[in-house]
Amino acid sequence: MAKKVALIQGNEACAQGALYAGCSFFAGYPITPSTEVAEVMSIELPKIGGKFIQMEDEIGAIAALIGAALTGAKALDSTSGPGMSLKQELLGYACIAEIPCVIVNVQRGGPSTGMPTGPSQSDMQQAMWGTHGDHAAIVLTPASCQEIYEETVRAFNLAEKYRMPVQIQLDEICAHMREKVEYAEPGELEVIDREAPSVPPEEYKPYDASKGLVPPLASFGSGYRYHVTGLNKAADGFPTTKAELVDAEERRQIDKIMLNQEDIQKNEEYLLDDAEVILFAYGSTSRSARYAVNELRKDGVKAGMFRPLTMWPFPEKRVAELADQAGAIVCPEMNLGQMVREVERVAKGNCTVAHIGRVDGEPINPGQIIDKVKEVL
Amino acid sequence: MSAKAEIEIIEKYCKGCSICVEFCPTKVLEMGAFVVEVANADACIACNQCELRCPDFAIKVHKL
Amino acid sequence: MAYDYEKSIRPGKLPHIWCPGCGHGIVMKGLIRAMDTCELDRDNTAVVSGIGCASRLPGYLDTCTLHTAHGRAAAFATGIKMAKPDMNVIVVGGDGDGTAIGGNHFIHACRRNIDMTYVIMNNSIYGMTGGQFSPCTPTGAKASTTVYGNPDPTFDISKLAIGAGATFVARGTAYHAVQIDKLIAEGIRHKGLAVIEILDDCPTTYGRRNKFRSVIDMMKRLKETAVPVTAAAKMTEEQLEGKVLTGVLYNTEKPEYTEQYAKLIKRAQGA
Repeated sequence: MAKKVALIQGNEACAQGALYAGCSFFAGYPITPSTEVAEVMSIELPKIGGKFIQMEDEIGAIAALIGAALTGAKALDSTSGPGMSLKQELLGYACIAEIPCVIVNVQRGGPSTGMPTGPSQSDMQQAMWGTHGDHAAIVLTPASCQEIYEETVRAFNLAEKYRMPVQIQLDEICAHMREKVEYAEPGELEVIDREAPSVPPEEYKPYDASKGLVPPLASFGSGYRYHVTGLNKAADGFPTTKAELVDAEERRQIDKIMLNQEDIQKNEEYLLDDAEVILFAYGSTSRSARYAVNELRKDGVKAGMFRPLTMWPFPEKRVAELADQAGAIVCPEMNLGQMVREVERVAKGNCTVAHIGRVDGEPINPGQIIDKVKEVL
Repeated sequence: MSAKAEIEIIEKYCKGCSICVEFCPTKVLEMGAFVVEVANADACIACNQCELRCPDFAIKVHKL
Repeated sequence: MAYDYEKSIRPGKLPHIWCPGCGHGIVMKGLIRAMDTCELDRDNTAVVSGIGCASRLPGYLDTCTLHTAHGRAAAFATGIKMAKPDMNVIVVGGDGDGTAIGGNHFIHACRRNIDMTYVIMNNSIYGMTGGQFSPCTPTGAKASTTVYGNPDPTFDISKLAIGAGATFVARGTAYHAVQIDKLIAEGIRHKGLAVIEILDDCPTTYGRRNKFRSVIDMMKRLKETAVPVTAAAKMTEEQLEGKVLTGVLYNTEKPEYTEQYAKLIKRAQGA
């Protein structure tokens, strides 16, 4: 049987991916250019008995998301820059309380209201560092509608597996372009559900890491009565200020991600084997970068592209290797220098690192990239 | 007059706010140095007001 | 036998963190009695709070408890109730948490008439941070940020709830302890958003600054200013000057949100 295909927007692909992953709850607040995610979910979720709620603001949306996730639901929220800024406090709550959920940020121009219909990649550092306090983050950066569909499934899997919020960083171009998407058959893509506790309720501790870095999460209403708080807490879930307990919990919550990077990291390496100049590109910008690589190759320039699909945790190991291999890494981004900071940090001066920034609401075109590469060489 | 209830004070919970002392209609309770004390046990009419108003779960009224 | 509160409290959690004379403990006892009256299954009950002294309440209760971020309790609770409508959802918190930072979530929970019970402990002050004025601090009163007298007008929480669409609104006081569980129980049984405002006192950060010699003075004020709605009906406007109405202030039936959504699901599924 032929697979079901559709010509859909990136935002719609995101919603479809969420549904494939088993998402049964959506909470959001309308904001351009993310609104189609909410619209599709409002139509599709009730059909499968799921719940859609449009909350009173973006903070309320992530709050409802976390509440729903605690009952066992796989939950999605979509937003854009101003909304993501509002959500930061509760993103941290989901980190410290270890609540699986997925938040899509369709990046638009900023700061503040910025350019609501203009594409941007200027929330990339916010995705990692926007919420206060030390924490880990998982941030995915797909670049095509098919990839948005599949990466949304992966986002849910990572959220469930590592018991934490996962952010999908789209940009307005990826979100609004239409491409053919092949829907996966049931069972075709891996779908992971969170681990339920194996101990009886009276023995359950929501942050007991004695059996692994990711403690099982009981759903509210499943017979397990426990406490969830945003305060630093001990294994039993109750607040503590005991130095050794706070320290151990903080470190575990970062370790559970940083020590599992092989599982979390994902990227595309395009013509890197002999590459002397490497484009570090993601999201819609990577589409121009791919074109630029092909053109440069025609001119005899040994160009390649490294395209992270997992942007955070930052693929430090591989980027460091590439910095040793190549003469230069060029980072085109629709911002004035965000992920290039990570590339520079990791490259440690072992190669030239250059940046192409654009914040005028227009995409970075291949010509700009080609010019920059030739300038660097 | 004989007591209608036995009043149990859980001293480790009592914070000495004296709400129970003030609003006891028959003046059964008195403030000690730090916590409340039963001073006039026989006068208790088992109205339960001290238990209801104790914010600290420190009083139990056992009806006799 | 004395009332058995311990069965509802997590072992080892008492004494609680509240100051001597703080009314929150009285409200917590009332809540426990109300949950018992309604025979709530503790496995299937979520008690949700924000931040502040009153919001520490869930930590003591042996049920599913969620201590969220400042002001956001109603929104977290809405997510729980929407995702799992058979769960009993109770929100607890203070006046600042509920009507200042959480004001938007509060009014929208009321507007949706989602089946939850919101117990709001109104002590007219931000206690945990040391006594700054809240939207419920009386105009002219002293707080750590209004040493010259509070210039702000105040919210009437119950009127706010009624105006926003809550379908059951009641008010009690910490002095009238015997009434608290009855009001909360009625709220729990009510289908829709029930708001139970309990006036209580912060002797530590409000009383001292506002010439109350002790918590007793504050409790007496609650006793003297409270007028049951039934009695108020027979009183003149002059007699009601400075008084606060207590009891069930509003009780009506309107479509409940999760039930409405269940109907929407049926429509979406073509039934």
